[in-house]
Amino acid sequence: MIWNESIECMDREGLRKIQSIRLKKMVEYVYLNTPFYRKKMQEIGITPDDIQGVEDISKLPFTTKTDLRDNYPFGLCAVPMSQIVRIHGSSGTTGKPTVVGYTRKDLALWTECLSRCFTAYGADNKDVFQIAYGYGLFTGGLGAHYGAENIGASVIPMSSGNTDKQIQLMHDFGTTVLCCTPSYALFIADAIKDSGIPREDFKLKAGVFGAEPWTEAMRKEIEEKLEIKAYDIYGLSEISGPGVGFECEHQSGTHLNEDHFFPEIVDPVTLQPVEPGQQGELVFTHLTKEGMPLLRYRTKDLTALHYETCECGRTLVRMDRILGRSDDMLIIRGVNVFPSQIEDVILGLPEFEPHYLLTVDRINNTDRMELKVEVRPEFYSDEINKMLALKKQITSRLQSVLGLGVDVKLVEPRSIERSVGKAKRVIDKRKL
Amino acid sequence: MVAKQLSIFLENKFGRLTEVTEVLAREGINLSALCIAENADFGILRGIVSDPDKAYKVLKENHFAVNITDVVGINCPNVPGALAKVLNYLSEAGVFIEYMYSFANNDSANVIIRPSNMETCIKVLTDKKVDLLAASDLYRL
Repeated sequence: MIWNESIECMDREGLRKIQSIRLKKMVEYVYLNTPFYRKKMQEIGITPDDIQGVEDISKLPFTTKTDLRDNYPFGLCAVPMSQIVRIHGSSGTTGKPTVVGYTRKDLALWTECLSRCFTAYGADNKDVFQIAYGYGLFTGGLGAHYGAENIGASVIPMSSGNTDKQIQLMHDFGTTVLCCTPSYALFIADAIKDSGIPREDFKLKAGVFGAEPWTEAMRKEIEEKLEIKAYDIYGLSEISGPGVGFECEHQSGTHLNEDHFFPEIVDPVTLQPVEPGQQGELVFTHLTKEGMPLLRYRTKDLTALHYETCECGRTLVRMDRILGRSDDMLIIRGVNVFPSQIEDVILGLPEFEPHYLLTVDRINNTDRMELKVEVRPEFYSDEINKMLALKKQITSRLQSVLGLGVDVKLVEPRSIERSVGKAKRVIDKRKL
Repeated sequence: MVAKQLSIFLENKFGRLTEVTEVLAREGINLSALCIAENADFGILRGIVSDPDKAYKVLKENHFAVNITDVVGINCPNVPGALAKVLNYLSEAGVFIEYMYSFANNDSANVIIRPSNMETCIKVLTDKKVDLLAASDLYRL
């Protein structure tokens, strides 16, 4: 099913025309209304006249999270506060949160994007959505909420946490679609198993998982444990929240709503655009936003874009799974390590639970990685040798994938903290 | 003759062993024998308890990694050479011992064995008239 076929399946030439017209208008708009951008453009000697279409986009300056923090809280807003009807903020795990303001039109646009997502997942007005993303400043809860209501679904605004109640209502209200972080989905799967309620008493059929990077292996794990289809939803509060991108039934990449958010991939070091299909950092330019439009916002997410038409008929560009974040990448003894690589190894070994905790430390001037993993209950043995063999198996797999030694520690079941929001899987003590 | 032994995986973490014993105590389960095999990262507690099925259930509920393993308990005289004689029967029959633990009490000694092949082990020991402990006796030692 497709929510907005005329846009989602528009030929790429037509889409490019729309993007070009909107970009030109947007650049004039921010030049007039956002002193920050006027100054930035003046500094590099360009005026709105230099931007005639998307082919000129690389002339525009980049925007970073630091710019948002420097202009905290509302310095990047292009409208007076009287027109801002909603304020959200990023989770703000490192320092001040980044703040975003929405006008009434921005909220409508965001809702449209989510309606496209949910429709692509096969949901409609017969579905019951359980929104287990956090409500509040975090965009996940309310974003998904408005989108689900817009397609006519019945919405249970659960927010995150209180897992027993989540399961009870999921069961009693006949929830068909669960929205939460992928790590919370695994937590819920375990809790359902513990509850003793048989799976056939639940009506759950699909899950909408986002807000943290996850791997294909983790998708498989969730799909098997919860017996549902698990869809990726992509977004970031700076751009609008969840719904910037979504998967279709073919699960072959995340379609981006590029009629509203113009995506580019640049080399994170040289900042030069890369060829289609090449990996790099994802950058977005708002094409339609009123409240706080951003030019060339660097997401730090590393991925690649593919422009071929999808089997589902959508022409919207498809994004690869997020490989990691340029700022999450760990450099261990000069080697680049992404937490997603470790996750892939763990999920590839059936003997281990998908939860892990990686601690990086510097001991005697050498970087050390310690990985805590839980063995699945059925694989615990009463023989030390068998347990040591398990440990050796994962250690050597990690060694061959990462090219680095990792000190693996087998830990007791459920001793690694389960997360109801974004999972914290890496502790880098070197930065302290 | 075949007894159920609990095996519990424990991280080398302060107080963890205390927690196991407290969980068992709360449920009125008595430990009649135990040993710990350890290495740098973790230990495996093996124990014989008064009610293995109940112990297994409560430890699972408390999220311990617990397994039940079949072991055999024998009673032999507490004199030099008695154990050697029993072990000799087993090695001659090609039964390998994964692990064992024992304790002596006055004139006799109790030995708990985890053999590689339970069936052959029982047969050999029965044929040689070794004093095998009934599971129910073992739980009540």
